[in-house]
Amino acid sequence: MPAESFDAIVIGAGHNGLTCAAYLARAGKRVLVLERRPLVGGAAVTEELFPGFKYSVCSYVVSLLRPEIIRDLDLARHGLEILPLESTFTPLPNGDSLLRSADHDETRREIYRHSPQDADAYDRFGRLMYRMALAVKPILSMAPPDPTSMSLKDLRGMLRFGKHFRDLEQEDFFTLYKLMTMSSADFLDEWFETDALKATMSASGIIGTFLGPRSPGTAYVQLHHYMGEIDGVFRAWGFARGGTGAVSDSIARAAEGFGARIRAGASVERVIVKDGRAVGVALENGDTISAGLVISGLDPKRTFLRLLDASDVPADFRRSIERYRMRGSSGKVNLALSELPSFTSRPGMGDHLRGAISISPSQDYLEQAYDDAKYGEFSSRPYMDIVIPSLIDPSMAPPGKHVMSLFVQYAPFELNGGWNDEKREAFGDAVIDAVCEYAPNLRDAILHRQVLTPQDLEDEFGLTGGNIFHGDLSLQQLFFLRPAPGWANYTTPLRGLYQCGSGTHPGGGICGAPGRLAALRVLQDTRW
Amino acid sequence: MVSTRRDAVIVGGGHNALVAATYLARAGLTVSLFEQRDRVGGGVCTEEVFPGFRFDTGAHRIGHLHPAMVADLKLAEYGLQVVPSDPAVFAPQPDGRHLLLWMDPAATIESIRPFSPGDADSWLEFSALVCRLAGFLATLHSAEPPAVPRPERRDVGTLVRLARGLRGLGRDSMTEFLRVLPMSSFELMDEWFKTDALRGTLAAASVRGGIHGPMAGGTAYGLLREVVGNPAGVVRSTLRVRGGIGKLAEVLAAAARAAGVEICTDSAVEHVLTNGGRARGVVLESGEEIAADLVVSGAGPGVTLSRLVDPAVLDPEFLRQLRSVRYRGATAKVHLALGELPDFTCLRGDGPHLRGAISISPSIEYLERAADAAKYGRISEQPYLEAVIPSVADPHMAPPGKHAMSVLVQYAPYHLRDGQWDSARRDLLGDRVIQTLAQYAPNLRNAVEDRQVLSPADLESRWALEEGNIHQGEMTLDQFFFMRPVAGWSRYRTPIDGLYLCGAGTHPGGGVTGLSGFNAARRILRDR
Amino acid sequence: MLPGTPLHERTSALCLGQNWRRWAGHLVASSYELNHEREYWAIRSTAGLIDVSPLHKYLIQGPDAERYLSRVVTRDVGKCDVGRVMYTTWCDAAGKIIDDGTLARLGEDSYRLTSAQPSLLWLHDNLAGMDVRIDDESDSLAAVALQGPNSRDILKMLADSGPDLDRLRFFRLTDARLDDIPVTISRTGYTGDLGYEIWVDAERAIPLWDSLMTAGGPYGILPAGMLALDMARIEAGLMLITVDYVPTHEALLESQKSSPLEMGLGWTVDLDKKYFVGRNALAAEAARGPEWMFRGLDIDWNSLERVYGEVGLPPLVPATAWRTSVPVYRGGRQVGYATSGCWSPLLKKYIALAHLEASAASPGTKLEIELTVEHRRKRAASTVAELPFFDLPRKRA
Repeated sequence: MPAESFDAIVIGAGHNGLTCAAYLARAGKRVLVLERRPLVGGAAVTEELFPGFKYSVCSYVVSLLRPEIIRDLDLARHGLEILPLESTFTPLPNGDSLLRSADHDETRREIYRHSPQDADAYDRFGRLMYRMALAVKPILSMAPPDPTSMSLKDLRGMLRFGKHFRDLEQEDFFTLYKLMTMSSADFLDEWFETDALKATMSASGIIGTFLGPRSPGTAYVQLHHYMGEIDGVFRAWGFARGGTGAVSDSIARAAEGFGARIRAGASVERVIVKDGRAVGVALENGDTISAGLVISGLDPKRTFLRLLDASDVPADFRRSIERYRMRGSSGKVNLALSELPSFTSRPGMGDHLRGAISISPSQDYLEQAYDDAKYGEFSSRPYMDIVIPSLIDPSMAPPGKHVMSLFVQYAPFELNGGWNDEKREAFGDAVIDAVCEYAPNLRDAILHRQVLTPQDLEDEFGLTGGNIFHGDLSLQQLFFLRPAPGWANYTTPLRGLYQCGSGTHPGGGICGAPGRLAALRVLQDTRW
Repeated sequence: MVSTRRDAVIVGGGHNALVAATYLARAGLTVSLFEQRDRVGGGVCTEEVFPGFRFDTGAHRIGHLHPAMVADLKLAEYGLQVVPSDPAVFAPQPDGRHLLLWMDPAATIESIRPFSPGDADSWLEFSALVCRLAGFLATLHSAEPPAVPRPERRDVGTLVRLARGLRGLGRDSMTEFLRVLPMSSFELMDEWFKTDALRGTLAAASVRGGIHGPMAGGTAYGLLREVVGNPAGVVRSTLRVRGGIGKLAEVLAAAARAAGVEICTDSAVEHVLTNGGRARGVVLESGEEIAADLVVSGAGPGVTLSRLVDPAVLDPEFLRQLRSVRYRGATAKVHLALGELPDFTCLRGDGPHLRGAISISPSIEYLERAADAAKYGRISEQPYLEAVIPSVADPHMAPPGKHAMSVLVQYAPYHLRDGQWDSARRDLLGDRVIQTLAQYAPNLRNAVEDRQVLSPADLESRWALEEGNIHQGEMTLDQFFFMRPVAGWSRYRTPIDGLYLCGAGTHPGGGVTGLSGFNAARRILRDR
Repeated sequence: MLPGTPLHERTSALCLGQNWRRWAGHLVASSYELNHEREYWAIRSTAGLIDVSPLHKYLIQGPDAERYLSRVVTRDVGKCDVGRVMYTTWCDAAGKIIDDGTLARLGEDSYRLTSAQPSLLWLHDNLAGMDVRIDDESDSLAAVALQGPNSRDILKMLADSGPDLDRLRFFRLTDARLDDIPVTISRTGYTGDLGYEIWVDAERAIPLWDSLMTAGGPYGILPAGMLALDMARIEAGLMLITVDYVPTHEALLESQKSSPLEMGLGWTVDLDKKYFVGRNALAAEAARGPEWMFRGLDIDWNSLERVYGEVGLPPLVPATAWRTSVPVYRGGRQVGYATSGCWSPLLKKYIALAHLEASAASPGTKLEIELTVEHRRKRAASTVAELPFFDLPRKRA
């Protein structure tokens, strides 16, 4: 292989790795992205699992993708279209349902039907969360300063932080503090009385964590999921046309447009370290490629515990990474359907199917789902976030047929006795059974089914522990602590080695901020 | 109707109220204190429940009394003797082994070693860390919360002290403090220890008095709180008052009287008089009116501000916050009159192990399962128990040869999903406690001559503890420091001018330390 | 699908342009005819019939109802006798307006509060320690406003027996039967004209509408939509929530909020009351004087002629009321902003409602208002005016 030289190698063509590469290439750097799988995207991929049926195999909705990335990389020109997901539909066991739609008045009327006071509270709460998202937003678009550091840069950052918080209204400050410390169930209890509403809203507080909605810490995760809404319209959840793979593809095209090279099917075995400095990578096929620096888009455990020799990583840092929590708590089921599900509470086709369908009838339901998982079982009746992308983008399925994506929680990575084929199928069955309680026709409508356990997410997509966010979104692993104290600024203890995955600030979701901020940090650090 | 005037009226005679009253009287104010029960001390009381059997019916061990307060009020001169039990904790295990936590770290390590040499080796490092972190927590506890988010000029001293305390930890410990605080005690234990017995025994301390289980976020803070004030290297201590905890109440009352406080027992305050947003005195249930421009309530925030004060004079925003204070007591007390000492299978006969706290908390999972019940409004089938037998050290607590055992029980939620706390449910709880203890000390079943069960509802009616919460409000991070009792009112003041709070519902919260009363008195005198 | 009001069957048949807008989650007609002008003139010269059913209506009852409402609203409810209606604001603890509406005392312990915004949560937030029951009647109770000089005569046609409508004074209400339909009639309105609001069970709303339209035919009654109402209310100097002020609970910034004193509603604030929500803040504000005032602006016609004349056009005034924020200057400095305005066909004036810094708010002060003339920003001279612009004796006679 001809000796090509690169300024930087990005390991892993997940959306963050690609974003990082695109920004570096845009700055004129020679960048090579190496991807183990035959296609780019990492956990943001679209695959035709069954003939004619295409799936956003893992990650399935977009809300957090930073608009500045769409603008900077001109992603629309590279084919990115994000179509709005209009509603959240919660079917209930008593034959009723709760449907929150894009229209304020309709949503209000629907909530009013369940609780007149909640209808008022919903508006006030929405505005409060909007203000909260505004308060946190600056933190998301910067590398977090380390309050324990005495460096001028960090002190300056902390001062800016301090000023930012001092300028908040008192009520907003206290609410922010509550969000940081409370459980989403308690936080919502202060506002609402409708169980299904609270359950569905608190569900966003458990996604990607290994906590139940009644555990402190989940309120913040709920806020994290509100973040995407401040840049666009309220509840700006969307679905990328062509699946989430289209997000990755558009970033890849943008990166290539700027001159980056992307090699799929190139699995990195280790990072080559010379004199305490990363100088390149060795591939599984024996090739070595050298570069000025190496940026890993993989999760922290994979990067520091697998790609590097223990002797190359300082012991205390290694310990931080070892104790970094990546407890996978979710699985994914992808279905090919001959017909749409018909919900008992709202039979037939309707707008309620175009948005998210949330199986979260009560807070106890979610909490019980968590109870199963914390003792090592998958939830017998899990929480689910379901979308039918083919209703929004018909190209995802053959005409008249549909694809359905079910995000399922909880499914612990460390299942009692471990995951195997039998357990996987049992898990899939539990999921279908749980949905069929609300949409009985689903069972017979299933043409194909793919079940992804957390073990599968690790094996197939390299997500350690099957954790979809490259690490629990808990307070002790966020901001200046993500992934490890002192190394939240995309650098690592090894010179020439950077990190750009969701295991860095501000964390998971199809957000792109880690990739972008890492690239900015690299550009700031290096004078090529 | 007799009308008298005082400089200050103290509502309630709990230990914090006594402390506050004494300081005010020492500052030259005329002070009257009104207690509804026939004795002062509140939850600090020793009562003869059965002939010859005396129990510490409220708190059955104390925290570290604020040393300055002990000195100021000359409590030792009035006969106060606080004795640390050694071992502090005896934790019998289902497998027939036992764990002892001694005041001497070396002895503790030897107790851990048979379980896991690795854990034994980690002990010193762990205890050093938590003691360091708790040291800073102690600084926080004795400080008055600053005004946030915009501190006032007079807060500068506090802030400097806190900043210095935090920085003084050194960078690593400072990071650890910020990292550990929001963690679950399960996660913290997971980082350090493998032994279920040890993990359970430490985690038990973290969930005392609350409704959360050890897997809930924020519980690590509970563990640190337990360490505050301990001698270096001691993670858990059990302090008792020689002569029974009621002796502390007597001593405090004596100090109060000596300072000139008029103590009136059997005198319940019916309501606080207000006029134009100012406190004007109190009306007793007898109809007697006592005029005072200063009213200091040792009762909880809800009792004080929505029962003793007409809530119609308070702003709705404040009332909303007040309603949002979480109490959710889940702790019950069971008092057993024993014909003989319990004989633990794992450590037979009498011995020092019976002098400290006996903790039935064999694993984190055990505690978590006990807490699960509370989430759904049920009584734990296998509850977490903390028992003490003061009669071992103080024979006068029981008839000769007999013993009085006090058991703190979790989880027994105040809010039962079906029904109320009645005698059948009390009996059920009592049975479960005896069954549970008998698993470890089989002779206990027949040794019980009499028993008293105090459910959270009983704690509420006896000591005006809202929802039976022994801390006058959950001791979680969202109700800590400047958030206690409600955001914006953490400085012992209330929206009613001249009405102050001084109970455990205020910073730093529950536990027999006198700090709330001490801090409140300081604030009141400064405001004058 | 958004619901119409209980009158939708009638109003939708009359709405020629299918010209709908939203009001409190309902569809209401912007105008019935293709042009709203006749509807405006009906309000001013004959009678306009306006469907105001979307108003939020709360029935507040119980032994503590008076004490409770005294706590919630800024006015002294003690002065509200049975049969009287009060216009009032209510505020948060910081003394900023949450909403404004009318409070009618239906009986000794029974009140009806109307509000533009949903208020149930807030009303419940204030319930602590009160023996009061709150029922949301918004859907079960329909309402029409019959406004205009002929409105009394029309009602008298239908209420031949029963209360003497001639003696129903301004801001009073009475139970009555109109064409045998049980209703409550209040002499209130949002037009500044002689007029009534008629409250009726939702199921009887259509028969009532039909009766009114039939009886009103000879008197020139016309159904009137929101566009006509908007012009009438600006002339009458009546503010509109979310247009002329941002309700506290919708504000994103502190500076977006307004106090009743700043809105010229100081007369609705009774500081002699012992406690009500916002009292302390309002007392302090009253003592130091509000920083803002809400006033009328009379835009000088000669100035308009001049500004338009510069580009060779006669003054062009909008056909409908506008509701955008428009800067107001004194000298070179911005001293406020207008929030709604319209051409008053009756006064033959171009008028606006504006928030002005207190120092620039004395009636008669000469200011300038921004306008866009042929794509360019200009300023026209205008004069601060007392509200209302239009105040006829017949309103209260």
